[in-house]
Amino acid sequence: MTTHQTYYVPEQSKWPIIATVGLGVTMYGLASIMVNGSQGESTTGAWITFSIGSLIMVYMLFGWFGSVIKESRDGLYSPQMDRSFRWGMSWFIFSEVMFFAAFFGALFYARTFAIPWLGGEGDRGSSNMLWEGFQATWPLLNNPDPEAFPPPKEIINPWHLPLINTILLVTSSFTVTVAHHALKHGNRKKLKAWLIATIVLALVFIGFQAEEYVQAYTELNLTLRSGIYGSTFFLLTGFHGAHVIMGTLMLTIMLIRILKGHFTAEKHFAFEAASWYWHFVDVVWLGLFVFVYIL
Amino acid sequence: MSAVIDTHAQDHHHGPAKGFSRWLLTTNHKDIGSMYLIFSFAMFLLGGSMAMVIRAELFQPGLQIVEPEFFNQMTTMHGLIMVFGAVMPAFVGLANWMIPLMIGAPDMALPRMNNWSFWLLPCAFLILVSTLFMEGGAPNFGWTFYAPLSTTYGPPSTTFFIFAVHIMGVSSIMGAINVIATILNLRAPGMTLMKMPLFVWTWLITAFLLIAVMPVLAGVVTMMLMDINFGTSFFNAAGGGDPVLFQHVFWFFGHPEVYIMILPAFGAVSEIIPAFSRKRLFGYASMVYAVGAIALLSFVVWAHHMFTVGIPIAGQLFFMYATMLIAVPTGVKVFNWVATMFRGSLSFEAPMLFSVAFVILFTIGGFSGLMLAIAPADFQYHDTYFVVAHFHYVLVPGAIFGIFASAYYWLPKWTGHMYDETLAQTHFWLSFVGMNLAFFPMHFLGLAGMPRRIPDYALQFADFNMVSSIGAFMFGASQLLFLFIVVKCVRGGEKAPAKPWEGSEGLEWTIPSPAPYHTFSTPPEIK
Repeated sequence: MTTHQTYYVPEQSKWPIIATVGLGVTMYGLASIMVNGSQGESTTGAWITFSIGSLIMVYMLFGWFGSVIKESRDGLYSPQMDRSFRWGMSWFIFSEVMFFAAFFGALFYARTFAIPWLGGEGDRGSSNMLWEGFQATWPLLNNPDPEAFPPPKEIINPWHLPLINTILLVTSSFTVTVAHHALKHGNRKKLKAWLIATIVLALVFIGFQAEEYVQAYTELNLTLRSGIYGSTFFLLTGFHGAHVIMGTLMLTIMLIRILKGHFTAEKHFAFEAASWYWHFVDVVWLGLFVFVYIL
Repeated sequence: MSAVIDTHAQDHHHGPAKGFSRWLLTTNHKDIGSMYLIFSFAMFLLGGSMAMVIRAELFQPGLQIVEPEFFNQMTTMHGLIMVFGAVMPAFVGLANWMIPLMIGAPDMALPRMNNWSFWLLPCAFLILVSTLFMEGGAPNFGWTFYAPLSTTYGPPSTTFFIFAVHIMGVSSIMGAINVIATILNLRAPGMTLMKMPLFVWTWLITAFLLIAVMPVLAGVVTMMLMDINFGTSFFNAAGGGDPVLFQHVFWFFGHPEVYIMILPAFGAVSEIIPAFSRKRLFGYASMVYAVGAIALLSFVVWAHHMFTVGIPIAGQLFFMYATMLIAVPTGVKVFNWVATMFRGSLSFEAPMLFSVAFVILFTIGGFSGLMLAIAPADFQYHDTYFVVAHFHYVLVPGAIFGIFASAYYWLPKWTGHMYDETLAQTHFWLSFVGMNLAFFPMHFLGLAGMPRRIPDYALQFADFNMVSSIGAFMFGASQLLFLFIVVKCVRGGEKAPAKPWEGSEGLEWTIPSPAPYHTFSTPPEIK
């Protein structure tokens, strides 16, 4: 902290306002799709709005990250700037942890309190009067009102696809670390090989996850509409899947940048940030595997 | 090539860009801070005018001005706009302006993201306010949007409301990340954590709370969205869910949220009281630890909002005692403020008036909070005007007075002019009397059993409601005076010196008034 280089403050930037318009239009479009859809109106206009918003977002992401990469490669960023990025990414990942915590909380609450109460146990066992004869079980294969929420016939067997997926994701966390070490030792060839391996593992994971969803919907009647089990199952695995896709995109962009010759053994925070994110996705999966699939 | 960019990067001393693009494209913490403050005040007037509609309807028993359905939309939008549009952005604006000046930083840590955090807010509120004009009307289920009122029975615009909340959440989280990164990474050399001004400390902790709970809010509105549009049953017992689950997740966000709205005010008042007492703050370290303790406790008290929904007795006891425990660090703070004033050389300019009123009236709000924390007694108070009185006493003379105090305290630094002291004190007394007249009778109304969120009431509540409405109109109208004072101060007035308050301390008073467009490009040395 003794020497202070100039902290880079860009004078003006058009990206934030483009990002605002992009996000606003995307969200407005998304909401219109849902509202018009549920009222049986045409959703074409809403889809167009949504698509325009999304395209603006893609343009913005390329432009904004592009200018950050350019500034970084032009040597405008001091070590202090690097620390700002590190704090930023760490706290962003913490916020993601809290987002998943809300859904895990819902799962635990349903299992520990809501369902036993509906089944007649505990402090609020009188809830059983709502649907007399409802049996509290987990996984919940008999909903209190099976007419409104047709229950799943079966649940996903944790020891088939989910186990394979666990192995895939844990391995990918390992391979990305090997790639990082290769980068730090300046071994570009090894770096590329292990990073490609990570991305391949990620893609296979996404493929299996899609396969699992198809199975759930077509064979097991495990859907969003099949009660609290389906609700928590799909929201937790779905948001995790979305994060895996996001992480895979990040790693792919890192690969493209590496192929273009970016990063040095000392300066490669973007790569580190992507790998932090990847480890985070991996840890969430372990939580999912234990609490959603096994227990 | 790189040489060109290098000179550009170091060339920090030219002024703002011309025209409207300055505000759209700016990365300057002062510009962004001003935009936050202006936006917040606009929302304060909008949310305030909705409060005027509410008080006009409640002026007399019977339905006179609006339909009950519209009344519900007004209470809902008033709450949402004041919480997310007025109070939170005002503090973020103060943080943007003052934190870099107080810690000797050239700007916020991530200036472009800072701009995005701001502009997302008008975007979110455009969507939120547009729901008023949608089929079925705006959200009408109260700012707490409890399921199933919001999921099964809500208007179609609820989906738009959910996405608006998502955008506000993105804005808050990015703003908070920026504040934390700035405080942890951009302090001038020599400024250790325990040398930071208290306003910076309270914001550091507030930012942590924001990052911890805004994602939980995003989670709970996402569950609502799925329940409404995709047939899930998070909050529907027929599918094994539970409407009470909504309240748990919501209040896990909601309780830290109330501290998000008050901690920065604690910080500001802790700057202002020493300045006008011409004494150092009493018990600096204990102030820091007290804020930390309040923040940590705020995570384990959420169910005190839910005593009457039927949580198990062990839960009621735990949440009751945990809530009462918060009175201890809060008491430490109130004691320290009073001890700072004790035997000080006091003078009562507008910032000090608002701060002293803050200490007294926030304490009243805190005490009624203690009453509500008593689980068996809460069964009587729950969902009555007593609760409305309680949270308006912590938010209006708490958060809002904290914001007014800060605004008057730092206006000379922002504008380079002194504000009109006579008018400012008039604003204070009108606000003070109006606010107490509006909210104090609500305690009695609540204790006598008047429920909240109703457009009509039994005859015995008529007198107090009329007094309350008169107070509310008075408070509302006097805010136009505040607008006038600020505009007048921006446009001219007595030139402010670098340090207009003789008792004030801190880096922000070492730079000229108005603060130059770029400050502390080279960090100052702190002894």
